[in-house]
Amino acid sequence: MQYAILCYHSEDVVCSWSQEEDAAVMARLKVVQEKLARDGRLGPVARLMPTTAATTLRKHTDPPLVIDGPYAETKEQLLGFYIVDCDTLDHAIDVARDLAQANPGGAYEIRPVAYMSPQDKT
Amino acid sequence: MTDLAWINAALTAARPQAVAALLRYFRNLDTAEEAFQEACLRALRTWPQNGPPRDPAAWLIMVARNSAIDAARRDRRQEALPDEDVLSDLDDAEEALAERLDDSHYRDDILRLLFICCHPDLPATQQIALALRVVSGLSVKEIAKAFLISESAMEQRITRAKRRVGDASVPFAAPGPIERAERLAAVAAMIYLLFNEGYSASAGEVHVRGALCDEAIRLARLLLRLFPSEPEIMGLTALLLLQHARTPARLDGEGNIVLLEDQDRTLWNRPMIEEGLALIDKAMRHRRSGPYQIQAAIAALHARAARPEDTDWLQIDLLYGALERIQPSPVVTLNRAVATAKVRGPAAALDMIAPLAEPLAGYFHFHGVRGALLLQLGRTDDARIAFDRAIALANTAAEAAHIRMHLDRLMRDNPPPKAAPGAS
Repeated sequence: MQYAILCYHSEDVVCSWSQEEDAAVMARLKVVQEKLARDGRLGPVARLMPTTAATTLRKHTDPPLVIDGPYAETKEQLLGFYIVDCDTLDHAIDVARDLAQANPGGAYEIRPVAYMSPQDKT
Repeated sequence: MTDLAWINAALTAARPQAVAALLRYFRNLDTAEEAFQEACLRALRTWPQNGPPRDPAAWLIMVARNSAIDAARRDRRQEALPDEDVLSDLDDAEEALAERLDDSHYRDDILRLLFICCHPDLPATQQIALALRVVSGLSVKEIAKAFLISESAMEQRITRAKRRVGDASVPFAAPGPIERAERLAAVAAMIYLLFNEGYSASAGEVHVRGALCDEAIRLARLLLRLFPSEPEIMGLTALLLLQHARTPARLDGEGNIVLLEDQDRTLWNRPMIEEGLALIDKAMRHRRSGPYQIQAAIAALHARAARPEDTDWLQIDLLYGALERIQPSPVVTLNRAVATAKVRGPAAALDMIAPLAEPLAGYFHFHGVRGALLLQLGRTDDARIAFDRAIALANTAAEAAHIRMHLDRLMRDNPPPKAAPGAS
């Protein structure tokens, strides 16, 4: 089963990391990713640009409205995601725990993937 | 990241909003700052055990407010401080406050806090120092280090700035649209000043100065999150990112300036460039041009060129022309002349900067650019004079060394007549 691990974190906090701190977090996450990749379980991984770079298309009007900024104005923002191939939910939670060790703060939402295109397995 | 590093990042992140809210509450900058400081100390004591609160800013505001009120009570010898267990049990109240923070005027609170720092009565250096102290929360020692002055001198500078700001009260009522736009423009200018303070000086503590640029970018992003549809704030953020992306290539191993043309472009910070380009794209959609967007567009053209010879100088020349129209200044014309030289040749550029000789007589870059243009035209003696003038006006050793390199090259390629041929 493929799971999406959606990374939520306070953007204020992430933007307050020094370049060195940011690099250190990325390096630690890389270690977790490499292990998953060796096991053939790692799908696409993305770190998203700050929400200031986001644009939202609101579809409740016709034509849809283009708005600057992220969809949700929440404290913790979607800042990235992983796609991982795990046998069980427990396994996926373990992966999230490993990631959390490398990057504390915020939250990971673990969501099973219903449809994926292109279909290639991770 | 250690707990402590994480907590420090959270405190820094929460600071603008928390101090801004406390300023609204206490109407006094010193009280607001002290209260925030006290809340930070308590956070450092309680967060490692209890874990960070869900909304650090709301927690800090609450604790700061309570502690300042308690301090006032204590002064009247009435009540003791609540104990720390009570503090860790603020969840419900904290959530209620967080709700209010989200929909209330916290945007205007933060803008006001930033705006106070760029009061027109304050000279630029004081504006920056005050913003670094009050908004960014840097210590006086750190700020003094960045400005290469003593700690006591910086302490004085900040105290003086605070006194002036205190005298000139900034109203607490929500600003009207025009006033808000004016505040936004003043704050944007201050953030750009802060960035340039870090970017321009090429001597001294490179690392400390780089931190000023990082801080300016953090504040620009904060401002853009508060005003997500302002194309000029997108332009400002893009401009800072695109310029700062070049930092790793701007100085060589010996600390000498490396010109844009000679920089190793593989050293440029790609993620910063990508983000800058994305912001420019967003800004352009609004079709409301402005000086930051134009400058960012120019920086973007440099960033897009894989090699110097790929640079779209014609477009850069046009953009500088547009900048000259909306924000005329001799320095803009001087920058344009560099692009004009590439498009229409050095003679046209030299004509363009001729009227600047007087207003920019004391400006290092004017003589540097003029010398380079004269050199291209083969007027080596005039070039030498211009370069000598530039060296005399250089602000830093790196600037002087850079021009001296030109001069050395000039001497090597065009030895003065009295020297025997081949003597070099």
